[in-house]
Amino acid sequence: MTWLPAASVHAGQVDILLGGLLLISLAVLGLVFGLMLLNIIRFRVGSRVPVSAETVAHKSWRFEIAWTSVTLAVFFALFLWAARLYVVGFQPPSGAIQIYVTGKQWMWKVQYPGGQREINALHVPLGRPVQLLLTSEDVIHDFSIPALRIKHDVLPRRYQSLWFTATQVGAFRFYCTQFCGIGHSRMTGTLIVLTPTDYANWLGQTPASGSLATRGEALFIHNGCSGCHVSQPYSPGADDTSRAPSMVGLYGSQTMGPDGQRVKVDNAFLHDAILHTATVSGQAAAYATQMPSYRGVLAEEDLAALIAYIQTLSPSRLSGVGMSASPERKGN
Amino acid sequence: MSEHLAPYDSPRHRDETAIAGMWLFLASEILLFGGLFLIFVVYSHTRAAGWALGVRHTNLMIGGINTALLLTSSMAYTLGVDAARNENARGVILAGLSAAGLGVTFLCLKGWEWHTELADHLFPGPGFALGGPQAGGAQLFYSFYFLSTALHGLHMLVGIGLIGWICLRTYRGRSAPLIAMPVEVVGLYWSFVDLVWVLLFPVLYLIGRV
Amino acid sequence: MAPTSDPQTMQRSYLWQDGTLRSWLLTTDHKRIALLYMASITAFFVLGSLGAALIRLHLISPTGAILSDETYSRMFTMHGIVMVWLFLVPSIPVTLGNFLVPLMLGAPDLAFPRLNLISWYLFVMAGALVVYGLFRGGLETGWTFYTPLSTDYTQGRVLPVVAGVFLSGFSSIATGVNFIISIHQLRAPGLTWYRLPLMLWALYATSVIFVLATPVLSITLVLLAFEHVFHVGVFDPALGGDPLLFQHLFWFYSHPAVYIMILPGMGVVSEVVSTFCHKPVFGYRFVAWSSISIAAIGFLVWGHHMFVAGTSLYAAVVFSMLSFLVSVPSAIKVFNWLGTMHGGAIRLDAPMLYALGFIGLFTVGGLTGLFLASLASDVHLTQTYFVVAHFHYIMVGGMVSAYFAGLHYWWPKITGRMYPEMWGRTAAALLFFGFNLTFFPQFLLGYEGMPRRYATYPAQFQVLNVLSSAGASILALAYILPLIYFIWSLFRGARATANPWQATGLEWRTSSPPPTENFIEPPVVTHDAYDYAALDHPAPAPQAEPPHV
Repeated sequence: MTWLPAASVHAGQVDILLGGLLLISLAVLGLVFGLMLLNIIRFRVGSRVPVSAETVAHKSWRFEIAWTSVTLAVFFALFLWAARLYVVGFQPPSGAIQIYVTGKQWMWKVQYPGGQREINALHVPLGRPVQLLLTSEDVIHDFSIPALRIKHDVLPRRYQSLWFTATQVGAFRFYCTQFCGIGHSRMTGTLIVLTPTDYANWLGQTPASGSLATRGEALFIHNGCSGCHVSQPYSPGADDTSRAPSMVGLYGSQTMGPDGQRVKVDNAFLHDAILHTATVSGQAAAYATQMPSYRGVLAEEDLAALIAYIQTLSPSRLSGVGMSASPERKGN
Repeated sequence: MSEHLAPYDSPRHRDETAIAGMWLFLASEILLFGGLFLIFVVYSHTRAAGWALGVRHTNLMIGGINTALLLTSSMAYTLGVDAARNENARGVILAGLSAAGLGVTFLCLKGWEWHTELADHLFPGPGFALGGPQAGGAQLFYSFYFLSTALHGLHMLVGIGLIGWICLRTYRGRSAPLIAMPVEVVGLYWSFVDLVWVLLFPVLYLIGRV
Repeated sequence: MAPTSDPQTMQRSYLWQDGTLRSWLLTTDHKRIALLYMASITAFFVLGSLGAALIRLHLISPTGAILSDETYSRMFTMHGIVMVWLFLVPSIPVTLGNFLVPLMLGAPDLAFPRLNLISWYLFVMAGALVVYGLFRGGLETGWTFYTPLSTDYTQGRVLPVVAGVFLSGFSSIATGVNFIISIHQLRAPGLTWYRLPLMLWALYATSVIFVLATPVLSITLVLLAFEHVFHVGVFDPALGGDPLLFQHLFWFYSHPAVYIMILPGMGVVSEVVSTFCHKPVFGYRFVAWSSISIAAIGFLVWGHHMFVAGTSLYAAVVFSMLSFLVSVPSAIKVFNWLGTMHGGAIRLDAPMLYALGFIGLFTVGGLTGLFLASLASDVHLTQTYFVVAHFHYIMVGGMVSAYFAGLHYWWPKITGRMYPEMWGRTAAALLFFGFNLTFFPQFLLGYEGMPRRYATYPAQFQVLNVLSSAGASILALAYILPLIYFIWSLFRGARATANPWQATGLEWRTSSPPPTENFIEPPVVTHDAYDYAALDHPAPAPQAEPPHV
């Protein structure tokens, strides 16, 4: 049995938090069991030690207030400490490598920006932030990497984000940790952290059917998206956006949501917009034609490719921002 | 309600206990419908357009008539409770029968409404009548519609049964002095069923219609 | 004081007054209904334990020793559903609670005796439906029924199982209504709220959760069944629904349900600790109100089951803070029990050993709960064996210990016979050690990252799994022993006096076992709860006591 490695800075910080929790727990346990034993020895029926009257008649409320407030203070400190570490998970750094991970009963499908794909294995470079974009084709799964101390549920038809920067070369196991049917325990795989050069070599050697964005471009044309949506800034008719919004510069911009609030165009937004157009209904009235739903036409892998392609049309905004799960990014 | 070992000190104590029990049960019922209303709160917000599309397809006419019927029924029964307090058995039976009759009419109309809706393919599923981009939200609305009206209808059936039981036991016990407590307990329940409808009516027929 | 249970007492006791099967099945006597319940939940406990035994046996080998993946999934689903809804949730309230509430109140019965009987029949029907579903076809969703797995992706028998759980909810609500109204309406003269035994405070808090949380589970299950049959899309993302909504609704019930399971246990421990220290409970009002505040705050913490589920950051932060808050009243209870021991006259009979086991194991369970209430550590530990170990420390280490403490403590009152003390202590010790050996390794497994509900696992986890399985066999012995000596004591146990433990509650003022009407003379209360001075040196006449509020 090997002790669980900590393969990222975050993992180390979580371990320190766990250590702190463990110390507090041991102290409290020592107190509880110690007092219990002392009481039993001292006050057991038949014990010789005489019990003074003042031992029996305590002023209870002082004790009550004391231990209630001490407990509260310790708990509040723990809460703050743990919450600060958790918030980090919602703030993927810009420039992270975006890798699409799709769960289905019972395997993990992984797609790289360069078009490489693999199943139940995930290759990442050492020292570079990686953002996983997680979605599921059927039930709820959960992508868990114990060596990095992170996990996140993987929900059907929406994107969840998980990011990390690996700091240790090696192979680490990842698991599905949300029960997803009888093959649940076979839904595991290996995270392989490579040095940047090894990673580049690995990318080069792995066959790829064009980059993800290239495949997306083909899908964009093949599925007739280009019939309505403009995708090149200076093409003929680029100013004619009466039929449908232009894809140029769309990613990362603000648009009108279903109830008139402004929402940001991100991966989750595009994903929903392509599958069921309800979420962009606020704008639909502005265009002459109504976009059909591509539910059942496009698989999750195709969607990932399309979104990767649409991202390339807004080069200035391309970054690791804009997950459905992320609230406004704060500076800290 | 004479138990072999009645734990009550006096008839009054017994009546208070029974009425308190009914109130507590209704608190539980509120949470039951509360969970259902959460569906409305969430989806009428996140899927507002589709939800409103669904609302526009409900039959306001029948809904309105039913609301009037149920309010009248509740009023009739309340008169019965009053009669019971005055030990007027005839009044109780009369009020009970009219309240139950109005309730049955409500259910018949509701059944007719359901029948037309099913014929129009408004039950969510593959053959759902409303197409277009808002079909999903409208289907969610109709899921809520059918489930909530079914659940409310079930409560109506139980209530009508209870009122029937009240009428029967009052009729059979004509000779003895009338005990008002069971009439009141059933009255609490019937008013609750009425109240649920008063909340369901705007949710199903009005909010989002215009 | 009532006399020792001589043959005449036995004759007029509730047990023997009318011995026909018909009189048992149609009884409205809360004591007999408690025994009917006890028989049923014991059967379900045996069934759930057999499931657990198979699970532990299977996990001896990393590739799975005996079951297929499918059977394994069905087995842990069965174990979870049976244990949660057919054993843990009803356990103490419907058995000890049913038996004791009227006795502690000084009343002849519960407020609604017939409703009580109906609730038992509902429970039996619920159990039958669940067992039918689980064994004719089976179900592989886990006890949590997460959508869309349970609605669209299972071949299992969702409907009968869900219908059974739904019915058991009605039974819970009936019991809750009965307890609350009884405590309000049927208190003996002089029994003010602050004179109630802490067991009743705990059961009152439990009943509030029964009445207010269970209906939310009911409607959730109705929605689930509706979705499963018609595929309408309430929780199905493919049709526009939201699977997280199911989780919110489910945990809105199921987290308070944890307090349904543990609060009555805390009530039992308060009674037992006070009696075996022969000293009033330290900080009576704090212990009483901590039960109520646990029930109240317990409604606001369901989101801590969803820190990695995809809810918003703000929701997670708020739920984390509230989860820390809800553990404060539990900590207060533990400190007060220790304070009660201080300066007492401690006797270590079997009930006390079980109660001390409860305090220790519950503390471990509570402290590891902090690991899961803390956001960043929860992300690492949730959905692993750490969670499994944590809630078994609360449910088995806590709740089952308390149930056994209560059974041993009130066994003389229920049956009129003493259990064999030496065997009782042996079983209590076995439970403590067997339990720790079973579940402590699972904390380590969880930290190492072993996910729960895995039929097979990487070989590196085997040592700890084998340890855990070994502990389970000791735990099984600790369950079987009481079953044997309790049955033995029914026929051969020493006859019990009315008050064998020198305890103060009203239930000890009547004979063991009590007569059908509970008290020959309706009792009048003139002292606070746990007034041992009044018990040891009874005042010549009750009116000498000043009225107390």
